[in-house]
Amino acid sequence: MSDLRLVDIKKDMENEATRKGFGRGLKSAGELNENVVAACADLTESTSMNLFRDAFPDRFVEIGVAEQNLVTVGSGLAAMGKIPFVSSYAAFSPGRNWEQIRTTICLNDQPVKIVGSHAGVSVGPDGATHQMLEDIALMRVLPNMVVVVPGDSLEAEKATLALAEDKRPGYLRLAREASPIITTEQTPFEIGKAYVYSHGMDVTIISTGTMTYQAVLAAEMLFKDGIDAEVVHVPTIKPLDAVTILQSVHKTKAVITVEEAQINGGLGGAVAELLGEEFPVKMKRLGMRDRFGESGKPDELLEHFGLTAKHIALAAHHILA
Amino acid sequence: MKNLSVEELELKAIEIRKDIIRMLERAGSGHSAGPLGLADIFTALYFDILKHDPNKPDWDQRDILLLSNGHCVPVRYATMAHAGYFDKKELMTLRQFGSRLQGHPERTKLPGMENTSGPLGCGLSQACGMTLAMRMNKDHHRWVYVVMGDGEQDEGNVWEAAMLASKYRLNNIIAITDRNNIQIDGPTETVMPLEDLKDKWEAFGWHVIEIDGNNMEAIIDACAMGRAIVEKPVMILAHTIPGKGVDFMEYDFHWHGMGQLPDAEVARKALHELRTLQGKIRSEHE
Repeated sequence: MSDLRLVDIKKDMENEATRKGFGRGLKSAGELNENVVAACADLTESTSMNLFRDAFPDRFVEIGVAEQNLVTVGSGLAAMGKIPFVSSYAAFSPGRNWEQIRTTICLNDQPVKIVGSHAGVSVGPDGATHQMLEDIALMRVLPNMVVVVPGDSLEAEKATLALAEDKRPGYLRLAREASPIITTEQTPFEIGKAYVYSHGMDVTIISTGTMTYQAVLAAEMLFKDGIDAEVVHVPTIKPLDAVTILQSVHKTKAVITVEEAQINGGLGGAVAELLGEEFPVKMKRLGMRDRFGESGKPDELLEHFGLTAKHIALAAHHILA
Repeated sequence: MKNLSVEELELKAIEIRKDIIRMLERAGSGHSAGPLGLADIFTALYFDILKHDPNKPDWDQRDILLLSNGHCVPVRYATMAHAGYFDKKELMTLRQFGSRLQGHPERTKLPGMENTSGPLGCGLSQACGMTLAMRMNKDHHRWVYVVMGDGEQDEGNVWEAAMLASKYRLNNIIAITDRNNIQIDGPTETVMPLEDLKDKWEAFGWHVIEIDGNNMEAIIDACAMGRAIVEKPVMILAHTIPGKGVDFMEYDFHWHGMGQLPDAEVARKALHELRTLQGKIRSEHE
């Protein structure tokens, strides 16, 4: 673990939402490059775009509650050489405007960065309408699109800066709830790279987003039970880092995927596609299994839907039994 | 490119109509009525109105022309070829495998094509983004022209963009609605009534100019007037005749869509109508 300079993973850690890291990253990207611009669909503070708006009011566009317009205006901005970040809740963007993203951004090959906040069941009391679970699948299937799901706020900040430099269309998936900061300023991040956060021989736990914290906790629980788990953090779901994943799976020959999203078409789908073609092994996918979320406290929902360290450890025992 | 008289422009539009018919006959599918109705507008744009250079399609001071109703792209291809963007022979590759002239336009395939379109209702939003970027760049001397269909104004996205353009007073947008009153399922006022369309655009904060969209002088004048409006975005409601120039196609919505494409005999008759200006002149091949 030490080579990646992660912090010591404990139960009680400093927490911050990934959307906050995005807000800082976007402001920094704006300072570094005057072509970085932003637009939002009436959720500027919720998506942490207010830092950018206040710093660069002339480079910010308030679109109103109109997500189809949001991304298509982004396409026009990009056509004139801008690097637009366009934000809303993930349920609405890319939830509502998929075809505009497909035609005017992906097929049209414009480097618009779609920022979907409040993804996953951890949105909590707002309920199923606002708990976006299908966004990874929707964006992953589009040619040209890069899909990034940061594991903590520091990684979200780095991912934002990296997306601003990247020439492709991109989707950045963010969470509403504060989650443990598990990386440090020195932890590397590169688009398209997966990172081994915890080395092991018996089973590979592949996780994305804030589920990586739970995966590392699970690995520690399993270690006490005599199971040596490897945790591979996958912040870029597309393009998927097949090399790192296959290296780990060749060694362990057993895989668990964990995500706060539909496993159909999500990280679980992506890894299953890769392993199905390259190296089929025993596999268990944790995430949302073809159903919607519901209202509740974030922690009780994650527990209910089996997205905690305890459930990951159980799955490992099951798959190795 | 402002060296053609109105009469010369009208003759150019006839040549472009002939090529549209030839292209569609060769392709075997595609929309015919809309492109024919738009031939005067595209001729006026490429040969009089737009600031552009066919030899430098990415010239950074060019005006932008967005085609929002991408199914009408045959008229754009034909006009671009006549303007010198590529050889007219290439028009005959329309819709064929490996062609740069895709069935619906793709920006990345053809230099000078400013946007990928086909799915409706997006052009105006893209124009908003482009003019906002121009404003950020303090670039006030370029215009973004958007050709839109009338049927596509059933799309909610259009009205989202209409509000944004009005909010930011994007006066460098000149939109042109091809008001030909037809869409695939029938007359627009039967499928989904648009009227009073002028009132709608005015209520959304636009300056509206209504013209005969098959009148070359009216098109040129309306765009000149549009560029002089500094407080609002401009919508030109251009009343056109679908299938304009082909007697038996005019006003018949069956010509709008796919599958009704001219077979050889029908195409020959259509071409004959155009070549002879409906019997007024002798065709060069007769």
